[in-house]
Amino acid sequence: MPTRKIKPYLPPGRYFMQGDEAVAEGAIAAGCRFYAGYPITPASEVILRIERRLREVGGVYFQGEDEIASIAACIGASWTGTKAMTATSGPGFDLMIENLGYAIMTETPLVLVDVQRAGPSTGQAARPSQGDFHQARYASHGDYEIIVLSPWSVQEMFEMGVKAFNLAEKFRTPVIILTDEAVGHLREPLDIPEEVEIFDREHDPSAPPFGMDPENPAPMPLFGDGADLLITGSTHTEWGLRRTRDPETQKKLLTHLMGKIRHHLDEIVEIDEKYMKDAEIALVAYGISARSALEATRRLREKGIKAGFLRLKTIWPFYDELIRNMLKGVAKIFVPEMNIGHLNKELKRVLNIPVISITRIDSTVLTPREIVEKVEEEA
Amino acid sequence: MKDYMEWIRTSVFPTNFCPGCGHGIILKAIAHAMSQLDIDRKKTVFVSGIGCSGWISSPYIKADTLHVTHGRAIAYATGVKLANPELTVIVIGGDGDIASIGGNHLIHAARRNIDLTVIMADNQNYGMTGGQFSPTTPAGAKTTTSPEGFRERPFDMVKLVKSAGAQYVARYTVAHFPQMVNALKKAIKTNGFAFLHFLSTCPTHFGRRNITSDPYEFIQYLRKNSISVSNATEKDYTTKIIIGEF
Repeated sequence: MPTRKIKPYLPPGRYFMQGDEAVAEGAIAAGCRFYAGYPITPASEVILRIERRLREVGGVYFQGEDEIASIAACIGASWTGTKAMTATSGPGFDLMIENLGYAIMTETPLVLVDVQRAGPSTGQAARPSQGDFHQARYASHGDYEIIVLSPWSVQEMFEMGVKAFNLAEKFRTPVIILTDEAVGHLREPLDIPEEVEIFDREHDPSAPPFGMDPENPAPMPLFGDGADLLITGSTHTEWGLRRTRDPETQKKLLTHLMGKIRHHLDEIVEIDEKYMKDAEIALVAYGISARSALEATRRLREKGIKAGFLRLKTIWPFYDELIRNMLKGVAKIFVPEMNIGHLNKELKRVLNIPVISITRIDSTVLTPREIVEKVEEEA
Repeated sequence: MKDYMEWIRTSVFPTNFCPGCGHGIILKAIAHAMSQLDIDRKKTVFVSGIGCSGWISSPYIKADTLHVTHGRAIAYATGVKLANPELTVIVIGGDGDIASIGGNHLIHAARRNIDLTVIMADNQNYGMTGGQFSPTTPAGAKTTTSPEGFRERPFDMVKLVKSAGAQYVARYTVAHFPQMVNALKKAIKTNGFAFLHFLSTCPTHFGRRNITSDPYEFIQYLRKNSISVSNATEKDYTTKIIIGEF
């Protein structure tokens, strides 16, 4: 079975750690043995921690000449069967997009951590933002699906470090951990468990290297198997042969790339809820904003307002149906986020109840108080 | 010595190179070198990018092949080699791929002296997109984007890569088949970064506008206009193709 339980590298127990460090520890626990990246604020602490750990566990740390080379090296490494990760922030993520598209097209497992900072362009390097919400989903040209996770704590930076690798290996896709400066630089307790569950990709040297099944991922051969692999970013058959003019192959390939994710939403998507049983209104949030939203929900409850709380741990794929079901009976929702209203836009698309955006675009974390005030104004 | 055809993926023949394209000669030289070195085909990875040169290894070489984004082949190859040093990793790219969009990856790989062989199949223009000038187009040459003559200067790729720290550097043309095979063997055996500048023929675009559209004459031209680095005078550096090991 590709699923197994292993002891994490760090002995179990309570640690005090930074978010960026925790995601590096999660990756190491998941079996990441190759890291390629380029220094960038506020993701540089990932590099500092993982360089040390990879030295200790016998992995490879590669500092690329830029972010383009870094993610390219990760993809190369992944095809040797090595679990690979890179971490960056907005300006670096921009540069990685070209090869992110390649990883999607070639169904290459890898993990990309985007520690969001205020943009566009250089913006504010050491200030948080959630402005990459849609970039994480629609970065590359063309049609595809991608998995994007949103941790809200140091604990989840570790846990999603593991989960991201498991999903990447299972669905043969890049997985993005979309965090931000506030969580990345946050220091708080982290509990390392006795063991973590690991999923290793299904390896089959004789099977076609690429999937064409409309619903399921395919097993993956590796360099050195003797399979004479043809791997290309061009439209290809299941054996990797280029078909750059054939409409049927293009359609079949895209259907597979999207279907292998869209048909497994229940396995992939996690949404947390609190106080939803009798909720009349709800706050829907993700990442650092969800921490303020949860506290705001508690305060609203104290004031007698029947507020509920929903947190998207998985942002993409967007599970319309599940969100609709979880918000059944709610008359109005509020969406606090640190951008101009990205999640807000998606929820408006999905729901036919009033959706009210609560935003900050001044690179400052939303406070529970301002969320409460806004809800009271509108409720 | 094994049959060099073992390294060719004949199942995808015929090739889609233009008539008279020199890239097929480079393909054959690689196959010869690989079979003469008796390298384990199953432990060899060829990485190529976008352009006419990308096709030399993908799909025509029978081994593991990675056909990547434009200019990034060396960066991908670096990841492959670092993650599994037992693999022999060879990069093939054109002048656009290696000298232009991928120039940064090239000089950094040379600086790191990573154990890769990089072959630049140089047709001196962007053949696949219609014959635009490239960083190796000679000054004054006519291309579709320099119809009155190329106003810039080309890179001397051999000097560039050598000074960036490459372990083995050589230049030959497709008119020098045995030399190419020999240089390939040396490059692949080099424990460190090796760079091969192979001047190819593009009768379709570059040749037609500057030398000849006749493939045979083009090869003759390359032969006549090349001079070994050991015999070259200072004047030859501006008028001739300097070949040999550097």
